[in-house]
Amino acid sequence: MTMASASANPPVPLGRRVKRFMSDYPVIPLIVLLVVLVVILQLIRPGIVNERWIANTIKFAIPLALLAGCQTMAMLTGGIDMSVGTVATISAFVMATQVVSIDPASAILLSLVPAVIIGAVNGIGVGIFRVHPLVMTLGTGLVGFGVLQVYQRTVIATGSDIPDFLAWLGTGLTYGVPNALLLFVPIAALIIFTLKYTGFGRLLYAVGDNERAAKLSGVSYWKVIVTLYVASAVLAGITGLLYVGLIKAPSLTLVEPLLLPSVAAAVIGGTSIFGGRGGYTGSIIGALILTVMTTMLTILQMPEGARRILFGLIVLFVTAAYIRIVEDR
Amino acid sequence: MTAYIRRNSWVIGLFALFVTLLVFTKIIQPDYDAGDFGSLVRAALPFAFAVAAQSIVIIAGGIDLSVASMMAVTSVTAAVLMNGASEEFALVAVPLVLAMGFCLGAVNGILIVVTRVPDIVVTLAMLFVLEGVALLILGSPGGAAANWLKVMIVGTVAIPGVLAAITAWIPNALIVLLVSVALVWIPLKRSRLGLSIYAIGSSQLAAFRSGVPVSRTKILAYALAGLFAAMGGLSLTMSTGIGAPIPGPYLMASVAAAVLGGVILGGGRGGIVGPIVAVFILRLVRTDLTLLSVDPNATTIIEGTIMVVVVMLGAYLALRARSR
Amino acid sequence: MNALLDASGVAKSYGAVAALRNASLSVRPGEVHALMGANGAGKSTLVKILTGAVQPTAGRILIRGEQRSVGSPGEARRAGLLPVYQEPSLIPDLDVLQNLRLTQTPVEPFRDWVRELGVPALDLKDLARDVPLAIQRVLDLARALAVEPEIVILDEMTAALPADLAERVLDVVRQQGRSGRSVIFISHRFVEISAICDRATVLRDGETVGVVDIVPGVEEQIVELMLGEKIERRRRTTGPVSDAARPSDARPRISVRNISVGTKLHDVSFDLHDGEVAGVVALEGQGQDELFAALAGAARLSGGTIEVDGETLTMSHPRHAIDKGIALVPGDRAEALLMQRPVRENIALPFSAPLRRWGPIDMRRESEKVLGAIERLQIDTRAQGEVQRLSGGNQQKVTIARWIAADARTILCFDPTRGIDVRTKQEIYRLLRELAAQGKSILFYTSELEEVQLACDRAIVIFGGRVVDVLPAEIADEAALTRAAYGLARDAEADVGVLAQHPGTAGASP
Repeated sequence: MTMASASANPPVPLGRRVKRFMSDYPVIPLIVLLVVLVVILQLIRPGIVNERWIANTIKFAIPLALLAGCQTMAMLTGGIDMSVGTVATISAFVMATQVVSIDPASAILLSLVPAVIIGAVNGIGVGIFRVHPLVMTLGTGLVGFGVLQVYQRTVIATGSDIPDFLAWLGTGLTYGVPNALLLFVPIAALIIFTLKYTGFGRLLYAVGDNERAAKLSGVSYWKVIVTLYVASAVLAGITGLLYVGLIKAPSLTLVEPLLLPSVAAAVIGGTSIFGGRGGYTGSIIGALILTVMTTMLTILQMPEGARRILFGLIVLFVTAAYIRIVEDR
Repeated sequence: MTAYIRRNSWVIGLFALFVTLLVFTKIIQPDYDAGDFGSLVRAALPFAFAVAAQSIVIIAGGIDLSVASMMAVTSVTAAVLMNGASEEFALVAVPLVLAMGFCLGAVNGILIVVTRVPDIVVTLAMLFVLEGVALLILGSPGGAAANWLKVMIVGTVAIPGVLAAITAWIPNALIVLLVSVALVWIPLKRSRLGLSIYAIGSSQLAAFRSGVPVSRTKILAYALAGLFAAMGGLSLTMSTGIGAPIPGPYLMASVAAAVLGGVILGGGRGGIVGPIVAVFILRLVRTDLTLLSVDPNATTIIEGTIMVVVVMLGAYLALRARSR
Repeated sequence: MNALLDASGVAKSYGAVAALRNASLSVRPGEVHALMGANGAGKSTLVKILTGAVQPTAGRILIRGEQRSVGSPGEARRAGLLPVYQEPSLIPDLDVLQNLRLTQTPVEPFRDWVRELGVPALDLKDLARDVPLAIQRVLDLARALAVEPEIVILDEMTAALPADLAERVLDVVRQQGRSGRSVIFISHRFVEISAICDRATVLRDGETVGVVDIVPGVEEQIVELMLGEKIERRRRTTGPVSDAARPSDARPRISVRNISVGTKLHDVSFDLHDGEVAGVVALEGQGQDELFAALAGAARLSGGTIEVDGETLTMSHPRHAIDKGIALVPGDRAEALLMQRPVRENIALPFSAPLRRWGPIDMRRESEKVLGAIERLQIDTRAQGEVQRLSGGNQQKVTIARWIAADARTILCFDPTRGIDVRTKQEIYRLLRELAAQGKSILFYTSELEEVQLACDRAIVIFGGRVVDVLPAEIADEAALTRAAYGLARDAEADVGVLAQHPGTAGASP
């Protein structure tokens, strides 16, 4: 094809510059949105925004933000992990029932084993067999749920317990600051560091942006994908442990309600569901926005149905808007 | 004839597997009779419609994650419409619900074509939205169904000239299923639209060059899927007599049964008969596991594993086909 | 003379890029009309416009003197214009009969044409995907002929056909002309064109530059039209690379022996030495893509061997080639770049690929290497952020910089100068020469023939999947290369036509 040579640096129109700014720094408009939401909340119900409310919001946003971390990493490669709800629940449930008979450290280690297995199966299915990630992870989630049901019957007599330090971590406050941050801050730092400053992080972006280019540069797709889904499952397992410390009542559907919001948090946070673009900071703010929004909808007595509709519309709207922004050629 | 057998070998094999399973069931449980078979079909009904919906969309090269939610919406709509209404009103309610399904499906298709967001994301978003809509229509399981609808899928009907022993094995639910699927599928398969659906799934570029209106065909494929999902929703209301706003396990089951039934993820290949037979096989496996007194919870695992393995197999086959 | 089809002033641009500037094409009733042009002259774009697959930005299309808009393939069909594309357009998962129904083609005429075209036993119930590719193309043609279109457009119709089928196809095309219908015939093969065509329209750089009657000896005139003033320019170009290190007699860096890839590349052998830039010249789709992919470990060989530094290599993944220092710069930048990622990550991508480099990145060392490469190629990184915001030339530089930073010993450059500005082109030639001077080896496919003398030591010419000639740079001017690329023998120098008047062009070397 004959092409006219593209001039080196044409002036960039304002509209496009705004678009570029939005896609380069999605965190800034997100923070603005978060602040606006908090202000609205304060206006609706004056006095609600206080120290206690903030601590509470953070406490509930943390598990969501952790699961959104799983989605962020998976989405960077163009995937998604729908098994994280089940994985987190399994870990929580196994830990809570095992801790009755063995020491907490072993119980926690044991509880992460199913996570690793499910993650590996996900990775093999997606990375080697090339099953669509969504279908694959929904499927392993289903199997995992079945296993959990069977497991529940075998331990039905043992009862369950939550180790004190998990409860302390999940619900406790120190000088008004949630203890959960002790777990969350290092994990978040690790994820952000991994994505930005390690070879593995680079490859997540690379295979998601252009699998062919990554391959031509010598990258083995399946190795990246298997590692990713195992990491995602382990993170989900840890989230489950934290969440059971927060809720204190292990059940078969403990973490399931966080699954769809975790996808929404990552999408709102500016991570592209097609891969190659995004970051974890946005997802954390996305999780905070969703938590604040949930409070708001509860205060407005908005029914559960309306909330789900809103989630759906947000995901659709953000993705469609994202496509418009990316078509910046 | 041999060409016909060769081309439909997968479906024929599935039939054989199904019959073998039936015989096996009769052996491990000599009491298994026509009545049990009837309830099997009744239980399979919503699954069968879900997989019909999923198959059309997959054949057209897409995927519909909102199928279970759409069934929930149509089911509660039917239950609410018929709640306290006269028996005759159901005659209005049923077409209304079917039309609603058709339109909701079309919305999926239109959103995909207009926003250019990939189908997997659009239908995921619609999954949330429709779940919400179902909950808004009916906060908790409730509503009612017209009596004649409920009766329609129970028992058998005597066919003149055929032995009662045979008609006993043809439950009404099966007739309802076959008639409603055939009413849509047979004319479709014979029409240019049907060919076009296969064409866009097989090769969008070749289809475009053959003069197929790609966007319109895609929208119609989703709309037809919506129609089948509405049938599934109605069948739920018919068998339970109420509407339940929480979607059942139909999404994963529909994808797995479609793949097991010979529909290739990626589009262009397969039909609707194979997947429906696959649904029956999966239900019968469940029955057999129960009869073998396997822990009913383990049944979920085995079923799930079959589905995962089948989907992996399907993806693997698609991969091989592509690299060929 | 009343033209059946008359297209004039047709233009098409994609954004700022013009694929077609001012093309015209006039086809008379009962005529077999050749459409010719070098790579990228705009033939396929013009075909797509005539058949409704693409909308023109400007221009007028008259059919039988009436203005028609061909907004979709369906409309073109109704207007009597039917294409047979290079890639078969049968739906692979439908059987032949269903394919006919889909396009509303009558079955009996189709059967007649199939018989006429000499297709052995065909079951209409066979799935299209089970029909061999060559037969599919013929079926495509039969399907087009069955609706008795006024104009059939054949795009490289005989390219993938075995000789007997090709013969029958040419026969049918000729008869088609005699029966008063018209054919637009696109081909790179002069033999076919002189055998069946009446006239030819020649495109160059998106413009129609001439319409000629096909008479004996017209080949040279067509070649000249395709090349344009370039012949004049060529004479001013001085000898290019005489100072370059000549390939030594030492062991070759890569030696390719009798390799075949699928149906596209057959029995190709050549050596690539350290310190050499070897050009590869071919018309579109002659197997060069497969050759480069095979050398880069991205396509499997169906025969032959590739030796690197004297060691036979079996590669199933590009990383095997990269381990040996062989890297591919693909022709399509979209295939090489992480468009949403910054320049730095793009250049550093190969560093992270091996498992042992998955850990924390030594940012300082990376910066050094990346900046070194950026400086060497003078990439303009003012447009910070995503690579997709760089100009085409700078994007191309990034794809090469990646392998400079990774210090690859052999770089396979596939048409790296396509669609970029002149200055950047010059920079790339200079870079390739510098690399060769440092002892690296480069295989350089180019669709712009003049580049061979600007950058290469010799040119390997491929036609129909085989190496047909190897020309030293001194004599590899555009005219010589064009002839070779069209499969015309080297010694069959023109004694008629314009080329003959410039003895200095073809035979510049002693």
